[in-house]
Amino acid sequence: MTAPIETTGVAREAHPEAIADAAGARIEGRSLGQIAWARFRRDRVAMAGGVVIIFMVLVAIFAPLITDVIGGGPTEYHDDLLDPVLNIPTGSFGGASWDHPLGLEPVNGRDIFSRICYGARISMLVAFLATLLSVVLGVVLGTVAGYFGGWVDGLISRAMDVFLAFPLLLFAIAIGSSLQGEAFGLHGDTLRITVLIFVIGFFSWPYIARIVRGQTLSLREREFVEAARSLGATDRHIIFKELLPNLVGPILVYSTLLIPTNILFEAALSYLGVGVQEPTASWGGMLSAATPRYQDAPMFMVVPGVTIFITVLAFNLLGDGLRDALDPRSR
Amino acid sequence: MKHPVTRRRRTQALIGMVAVTAMAATACGGGGGGSKKYSPSNKAITEVVNQSTKKGGTLKLVSSDKFDSLDPGDMYYASAWNFSRLMARPLLTFKPAPGNASYEFAPDLATDVGKTDDGGKTWTYHLRKGVKYEDGTEVKASDVKYAVERTFDKEILPNGPGYFAQYLDPDGTYKGPYKDSAPDKLGLNAIETPDDYTIVFKMKEPFADFNYLAALPQTAPVPPAKDTGKEYVKHPIASGAYMVDGQYEPGKAVNLVRNPNWDQATDPLRKALPDRIELLEKQDANDVDNRLFAGTAQLDVVGTGVQAAAQNKILTDKKLADNADDAISGALAYLAVSSKTPPFDNVHCRRAVQYAVNKSQLQRAQGGEVGSDIATNLMPPTLAGSKVTDMYPNGAKHTGDVAKAKDELKQCGKADGFSTVLTARANRPKEVAGATSVQNALAKVGIKVEIRQYPSGDYFSQFAGVPKWVAENKVGIMFMQWGPDFPTQFGFFQQIVDGRAIKPAGGTNLSELNDPAVNGLIDQATRTIDPAQSAAIWQQLDQKVMESAVIVPFGWTKSLLYRPSNVTNLVVTPAYSGMYDYLNIGIQ
Repeated sequence: MTAPIETTGVAREAHPEAIADAAGARIEGRSLGQIAWARFRRDRVAMAGGVVIIFMVLVAIFAPLITDVIGGGPTEYHDDLLDPVLNIPTGSFGGASWDHPLGLEPVNGRDIFSRICYGARISMLVAFLATLLSVVLGVVLGTVAGYFGGWVDGLISRAMDVFLAFPLLLFAIAIGSSLQGEAFGLHGDTLRITVLIFVIGFFSWPYIARIVRGQTLSLREREFVEAARSLGATDRHIIFKELLPNLVGPILVYSTLLIPTNILFEAALSYLGVGVQEPTASWGGMLSAATPRYQDAPMFMVVPGVTIFITVLAFNLLGDGLRDALDPRSR
Repeated sequence: MKHPVTRRRRTQALIGMVAVTAMAATACGGGGGGSKKYSPSNKAITEVVNQSTKKGGTLKLVSSDKFDSLDPGDMYYASAWNFSRLMARPLLTFKPAPGNASYEFAPDLATDVGKTDDGGKTWTYHLRKGVKYEDGTEVKASDVKYAVERTFDKEILPNGPGYFAQYLDPDGTYKGPYKDSAPDKLGLNAIETPDDYTIVFKMKEPFADFNYLAALPQTAPVPPAKDTGKEYVKHPIASGAYMVDGQYEPGKAVNLVRNPNWDQATDPLRKALPDRIELLEKQDANDVDNRLFAGTAQLDVVGTGVQAAAQNKILTDKKLADNADDAISGALAYLAVSSKTPPFDNVHCRRAVQYAVNKSQLQRAQGGEVGSDIATNLMPPTLAGSKVTDMYPNGAKHTGDVAKAKDELKQCGKADGFSTVLTARANRPKEVAGATSVQNALAKVGIKVEIRQYPSGDYFSQFAGVPKWVAENKVGIMFMQWGPDFPTQFGFFQQIVDGRAIKPAGGTNLSELNDPAVNGLIDQATRTIDPAQSAAIWQQLDQKVMESAVIVPFGWTKSLLYRPSNVTNLVVTPAYSGMYDYLNIGIQ
């Protein structure tokens, strides 16, 4: 694969025309976004990751429509398709058929494909919202800390240290198992999903905040910020008009890389039994239920395992690709 | 020009694809359910397998759990009761024999089963002469009295059953030997020891089943001078054929060696075959099964059967199936329907649940046909005097009768259905799987069920066993499994249907059934000595409880046990929840 813009080495805030000049192409203004997209499009591996993610998101959104056609409902029993003595699906590949393309669960014969589709909803919902929560918190606190410095920075940075030192998994398990039944006027899955989003999102903001703070620290001393300040721009203007546009790149990259971490974390919590509970389908919950049956019903474990694996890999490849596209210096 | 970064990423993607392919390949490696199936031989259920008198060798035992205690006065697990007899000699025990013969008492420390001449109020036992502890001192009747007194103190010994305190001292005046003001610590008046070889138990009310209490490990003698209270668990003083080598490390291991002062002449029961018995606790459950298959361990002490994966290995392999027994455990798996939580305070709403549930699916959740037999009434068919009835027939395969259930709902005034909460134990996959089946089945008749899961360790002490909690959380249906403490109808029924067994916490009458007619029948049966008469009363009681529909029975549980071919004298004992009898096992 070739990269014609490799030779430029121009800093991001430079005029885009300079890139075009150096490449000797027809002079035409290209925005940073356009350049990044052009780079990204050439990266086939990252594109493949993106396609997989779009596919997964579509599956999650349209799960009820898809399972109407194949598989049936996620909690529907097909116990008539199980071996009456062994309690596992008859036929190879875990009882895979046109009606049940990924086979059936042992014991109750629920359709694995359908549960994977519905599990995607939980995974995506929790991962995206938790990431959103931590990104919002991280960006706000990171910029504030980096821009204002002094005691504000000291306070926020110590808070970050505290949050990073927090034994998150233990805390999540404790909260998950103590919030049984009803709490905050919520119950059942709504309660558990809210708790998951809160716990995961609220404790991973320092990762984003540290990066944003560092970037802000270096940006605020740059000439264009000095210039804005000498022209009498308010803090608000500088943060929103001068700093944040330059932070979009790293924020986007790290959010993309945070999503797969959160998917894994949700799966881990469901695996440990503190995520969403039966009969709601979740990938981690499926893995947990399948573990004791790996010898006689391997499909049950392989399918959610592979799904988690592919999704996380796709997000990581996409994130890597985004970083390369947005930040030429990282090459 | 090649991109180094991109190439690295392409390698990642490639590795990913290889991994996926490899995992998919593993998936097709596992056989489907189409393979040939074999039934367990069930040989040890009807006879003693591999009968032998060959002495010597080391018996290697494993456990995926740990004993609640190794102190005979402080244990409640059937496996612990069974195992304790290797070291300790209770007054009576059960015959190491197959089937119903195992319910027969075998006098152990006593010379004969207990005798009563006043209709069940006073029970007298005579002790064998010449029975010695591991230190050579002789067992006295007062040691048995002291052992029973110890069980009164629930602070020092919290685990064991409390029957002796309940029947010998109903008013709770005696607080146990550790708080006893008498110098010899033998202040309990309800037990008399007229001489060193006679012990007399005196109660205010007749209790027909007293011999079953005498068969509890709590009657095994404890020398007062050697009692270390809470620490006694580490090295209980042996009166049986084996003694603890060094100390027991709870949750890790215990080794037994021969008791040099045990005399075969005083003991017609024990064969004492192996020279040494080693037990490893807290082993991985699937690994335990594999070790049994490989013959590197001789028995799984927990005795509740193999795991799902091993179960299917046995059922598809003739050699393994020939060495397996599918034993009835004597426990009932059921749904306790609250008699207090609306709308289940109306009997018709409870009956709707009886008709709606799919017992065929619940049987699958229990492990299929080898995991349980479908239950339609309460008393397990293994108990003497039991009779199978079906008051709420719901289909040829018990898959549910929607029409009848809806009819009951109409009579309950809830034709449009309602919402309720169901509890199950989170760490019991069988209950969780069953809960989703109940949810589906009740949804068909319009009852919306929310499943809530709680840890089994606190299930009775904090959740389902606490009436106040049940009321506050509007819990309607609770998963429950009950195995009786001793194999009698009384042991089976009293704790789960007697209104007087309802406790503020830790109760097992989850439905909170408090029906004077039911309580009266229990009292009447307890006083009836004649087996035929009492059986009729218990059957009547079973019907009464089913009529009130507070219990939805769905499974009489079974355990699929595996015995390696090098183990001798194996027999399934219904008296200890259908596990192998550990008294006389040896190794070839």
